[in-house]
Amino acid sequence: MVNKIWLAFILIGFGFAAAKGNIGIVTEAAFDGATTGVTVCFGLISILVFWMGMMRLAEESGLVRGLSKLLGPVVSFLFPDVPKNHPAMGYILSNMSANILGLGNAATPMGIRAMQELQTLNPHKETASPAMCTLLALNTASITLIPTTLIAIRLGFDSANPAEIVGPTLLATLIATLAAIMADRWYRNRYLRRRPPVIPPAANLSAER
Amino acid sequence: MQTWIHIFSNWAVPVIIAFIPLFAFVRKVPVYESFVDGAKDGFNTAIGIIPHLVGMMVAISVFRASGAMDFFTGWIAPLMTKLGAPPEVLPLGFLRPLTGTGSLAFTTDLIKTYGPDSMIGRIASTIQGSTDTTFYVLTVYFGAVGIRNGMYALKVGLFSDVIGFVAAIAVCLLVFG
Repeated sequence: MVNKIWLAFILIGFGFAAAKGNIGIVTEAAFDGATTGVTVCFGLISILVFWMGMMRLAEESGLVRGLSKLLGPVVSFLFPDVPKNHPAMGYILSNMSANILGLGNAATPMGIRAMQELQTLNPHKETASPAMCTLLALNTASITLIPTTLIAIRLGFDSANPAEIVGPTLLATLIATLAAIMADRWYRNRYLRRRPPVIPPAANLSAER
Repeated sequence: MQTWIHIFSNWAVPVIIAFIPLFAFVRKVPVYESFVDGAKDGFNTAIGIIPHLVGMMVAISVFRASGAMDFFTGWIAPLMTKLGAPPEVLPLGFLRPLTGTGSLAFTTDLIKTYGPDSMIGRIASTIQGSTDTTFYVLTVYFGAVGIRNGMYALKVGLFSDVIGFVAAIAVCLLVFG
């Protein structure tokens, strides 16, 4: 699906630019986009390096495992294939709390660490596992308790009540997250029905022997 | 209420930054060395994301700059007016899943033009605050671990974006209308 959408974006853009007689904009926009991509990644370096270091401390001190044990059961229904005490659970929880509390740039590194842990459980390294899809669904909908950036912008334009959007935002984000979880479940079940769960190759081998 | 939110957002991250190393130190972890060790991974992860993000940004940039997006927006606008929603916020529905900075710029512009306390300003703020940039999240998270086949994740993300967009407008019309 990504392949088709990616191609469609480029071709539709090409078509529109050609029809408007302004084909040069394609070149300009392409390199503009490439620059943005690199700039964003360079911005990510400092954030990732810092939080990955912090998370190593959280991991080695047992904080992540403790979080998994304490709150793992609360979210385990969302991730049935992840063992309850697995460190992935701890990172998933950190990622979710960072999102909910609006801790800005901390959420992404924690989400990436969770992905890396889920990758260790993934039998097909280039194909997303159902647990990865669920984590992604939660992050694209991203429950937000306090939209700090928006409050700041509204404050900047002299809003009479900058925080009045907190309630509506919370309600909208809850609805979107619920929709994401339900859609994820639906696709997940359909996927599992089509392709029965893969027996790990090791177990398979030992059974044959 | 506002002051509490303010205090909380000011303190949350600093407390985490102080607490994690302290806790690790108490647990006899060599804090500085472990930090540096873990931090090394961050660099490679960020660099590994570059090709994924460049690819995605190029496509989105071409699509936007060519005027294709404005065309699709103009197509749906009359339908929104019919349903009682301000069509001015419609481009945000397309921009939000594609680009975080782009949609933030657009939201800021709407707030500036129509005022933060107008219906358009409130709806735009709610849309911007209630979901994340689906294409960015997908590219970065999957790119970081080398996933090529994202399965149904994009469909789920876009579906929840549509629901979130509609919900943001409906909730604002109900609450502030």
